[in-house]
Amino acid sequence: MQPERLRTRAHLDAAQGPLHPVARDTLLAALDAGWADPRRLHREGRRAAILLDQAREILAGGLGVRPDEVSLHASGAHALRAGIQGLRSARRRVGAHLVTSAIDQAVVVREVQGGSPVGVSGLGHVDGEQWARALNAPDVALAVLADANGEIGTRQDLGPLAESAAAAGVPLLVDVATAWGRLPLPAVGNGYAADTASFAGPPLGVLAIRTGTRFGRVGPPSGPEQGREVAPPFVPLALAAAEAWRQVEDDRERDAESARTLVAQIRSAAAAVADVQVVGDPDARAPHVVTFSALYVDGEALVHEFDRRGFAVASGSACTADTLEPSHVLAAIGAVTHGNVRVTVPLQAVAPNRAADVARFCAELPDVIASVRAQLGTEDL
Amino acid sequence: MIDARGQMCPIPVIRLARTAKGEDPGTTITVLADDPAARHDIPAWVRLKGHEVRVVAHGDHAAYEITLSAER
Repeated sequence: MQPERLRTRAHLDAAQGPLHPVARDTLLAALDAGWADPRRLHREGRRAAILLDQAREILAGGLGVRPDEVSLHASGAHALRAGIQGLRSARRRVGAHLVTSAIDQAVVVREVQGGSPVGVSGLGHVDGEQWARALNAPDVALAVLADANGEIGTRQDLGPLAESAAAAGVPLLVDVATAWGRLPLPAVGNGYAADTASFAGPPLGVLAIRTGTRFGRVGPPSGPEQGREVAPPFVPLALAAAEAWRQVEDDRERDAESARTLVAQIRSAAAAVADVQVVGDPDARAPHVVTFSALYVDGEALVHEFDRRGFAVASGSACTADTLEPSHVLAAIGAVTHGNVRVTVPLQAVAPNRAADVARFCAELPDVIASVRAQLGTEDL
Repeated sequence: MIDARGQMCPIPVIRLARTAKGEDPGTTITVLADDPAARHDIPAWVRLKGHEVRVVAHGDHAAYEITLSAER
């Protein structure tokens, strides 16, 4: 018999969680049917190529783009990097500068060469005037912006920001790695970068570049993945990703609505504890992401205490990653970076007991913070 | 004066909060810290509590001069 703590394990870190059960079955079957290199001319290779085409069509449909606009990559971060390289290379005569916000993914922010990313408000909204000014600098190659932030959940008002990019003639790549499958996708921008892990597919990057957008390829256009990659993906992963999409597609809105309720419960449970700061926009947000920081405790101790009690959660505090620097997102919004806890609510299909898990999380949260504060002797502060 | 150099988050903020607890409004407390997280956390704590802070960079560390507000 399983020990109690394993049976009641609650995975509340769905940024990369277990696969959708049907996608898992598909992956296992695809390991037999689609293992071959899709570039090979033998029967197994041709079969893998056909399966890859089918998966690409489904994923393209999920993003609302054409299959020939889509390339698959090792992860969402790889898709972002490929998109940045291609868009930047196509505009190398204009310049190499990248415009993004201070809370975009680290892989993007690192690409800002010279100057700094565009600032955000305390809730995480991009400063529209600063954004427009940055886009109109003379040497801008491209802009990248996440629709919804994967750490604090805040969702940008993308329409006017995309308009500024279009007015400046700068291509905009929209990062939907958090939004895809959880929110309606924005209808703006010249491309999307995404990760099928956001809807319980495997970690698999998807890049869509709209036809007519100039893009510098790494190889010939006939090369792997529209000439944007050095090798094709492992086909079984693409098939599992496509199956995950088919499974979640029809139920997205209902799932998001109930996830939003669970996130609201966590936000109010956290806010009720003394000296806890709940961050991110309370309304304009991804339905499944919630972050708070508790004063006078370290994030690592909180993660361990939740873990001991059966909850898997993430943290943006320093010392919880392999770096001494805390999350650049928390820093950019001026939030307390220590004592940070981040919950990414899994889809109902993956975690049928998620409502009960969240209820138990909310019930234990005050005691987890109190006990870590007591260990550190900070309960009287 | 709190010398929190060499101490990592959340220790500098904990020491600051503990000292602030026993002081009168208007008092200025200076914290020396070199932890990268303190750059964000001390100002964030000050904002949350409604105090004021002046940051003076000193190469390998910074001095945070916190003035306690009247209403707490």
